[in-house]
Amino acid sequence: MAKMFQSNILLTISADMGGWELFQNSLWPMIQGGIKYTIPLTLISFVLGLSIALIIAIMRLSNRKYFTFPARAFVSAIRGTPLLVQLSIIFYGLGSIGLTIDPFPSAIIAFSLNVGAYASEIIRASILSIPKGQWEASQTIGMSYSQALRRIILPQATRVSIPPLSNTFISLVKDTSLASLILVTELFRKAQEIAARTYDFMLLYIEAAILYWIICFVLSIIQDRVEARLERHIAR
Amino acid sequence: MFLSVKGLTKAFGELEVLKDINLDIEEGNILAIIGPSGSGKTTLLRCLNVLEVPNKGEFTFDDGFKVNFDKPMRKKEITELRRKSGMVFQSYNLFPHKTALENVTEGPLIVQKRPKSEVIELAENILNKVGLGDKMNLYPHQLSGGQQQRVGIARALAIKPQLMLFDEPTSALDPELVGEVLKVIKDLANEGWTMAIVTHELKFAEQVSDQVIFMDEGQIVEQGPPEAVLRSPQKERTQQFLKRILNPE
Repeated sequence: MAKMFQSNILLTISADMGGWELFQNSLWPMIQGGIKYTIPLTLISFVLGLSIALIIAIMRLSNRKYFTFPARAFVSAIRGTPLLVQLSIIFYGLGSIGLTIDPFPSAIIAFSLNVGAYASEIIRASILSIPKGQWEASQTIGMSYSQALRRIILPQATRVSIPPLSNTFISLVKDTSLASLILVTELFRKAQEIAARTYDFMLLYIEAAILYWIICFVLSIIQDRVEARLERHIAR
Repeated sequence: MFLSVKGLTKAFGELEVLKDINLDIEEGNILAIIGPSGSGKTTLLRCLNVLEVPNKGEFTFDDGFKVNFDKPMRKKEITELRRKSGMVFQSYNLFPHKTALENVTEGPLIVQKRPKSEVIELAENILNKVGLGDKMNLYPHQLSGGQQQRVGIARALAIKPQLMLFDEPTSALDPELVGEVLKVIKDLANEGWTMAIVTHELKFAEQVSDQVIFMDEGQIVEQGPPEAVLRSPQKERTQQFLKRILNPE
């Protein structure tokens, strides 16, 4: 057990290990990749992404072209190009013209922009799903647009948006595996590194898949709890 | 004269919904607005607190405040106009994520920024007055339609308006719940509130109002004291409408 916690753990894994032994010995490095990179990458990108999404959604709901046009262009560009290409542009592309960004922040930027684009549509739709009467009632008691949005509309829209936002979140967990391609040593990158030494691709990639599955399973349980909590005071 | 409306006109695209409406509301008086659906009565009410912005016309209040709609409104004018009136909606439009008490305190607390202890006392008093003293901490979905509408009335009262507007306040209610809401409105009438009520309850209109307006196709066809308009209408369209409502075949 003790040797599993050594920092140069990869060196202790060799090609002539048995299947079960290899599985056990590679578990900790992968979990470490998950804890150090996959999960922080997911959480930070999701929070930043939601902030971007809220701004974009409100811009798109405006009736002024100089707000709606940039917002639409942003959503179109991000949704219309592959995440892998975006990651490559931010890390390799910008690096090649002298604007070098480290792998981890590069990944944060790419994933945040992605969540921002996709979640903005979810937030926009859930704001639109709140009956017009709620805006009108807010106006008649004297509320400004931002007061109505903050105190009346968004709390209700949040409830509507939880299931689709959970989808985005779970997709994000899995998408972070793409960060392996820009050298972030997250969970899948660890699996790749070990597989490259032992040639046991099947075993290690299935092991990685199981770990992703466990993370997503736990997240969907949390989602159910949050949903149940927000459903408490809702008229049906 | 509390409010004088002159030349009020409103169109949605090509469709003229209000055509040159002239109207006076006296201080402490109750105005009942009746008419067939699509006659513009709800739009008229919504124009009075600019949920719909009129295309033309002028409001003059007794305190000298005047709004002319021929040019675009300024934000300050909209805010001041809205402060003058409280609105009660047909479908209540309560905030579902807030308790009855929070629905009522929201306006005075958040918008008018009055002190919290004062606002809570005020809200409790108003909710007691509409008979919901024991339901203050319930959420709208835990209340009946009649109770929800009474919270709606309390919410409008809490911003201390000078004019109360009611848009078909009992139309969405089960028949046995209509009475409790009408009773609250009658109590307000006895307290001397100035009110404008769009309603289909003719008996109620007759009992409570000082002035009745019959509208059709965006115009005021007939107006006067309730016994005149409802008992012996002069215009043919009014007669037809009342006949249809009183003896539906």
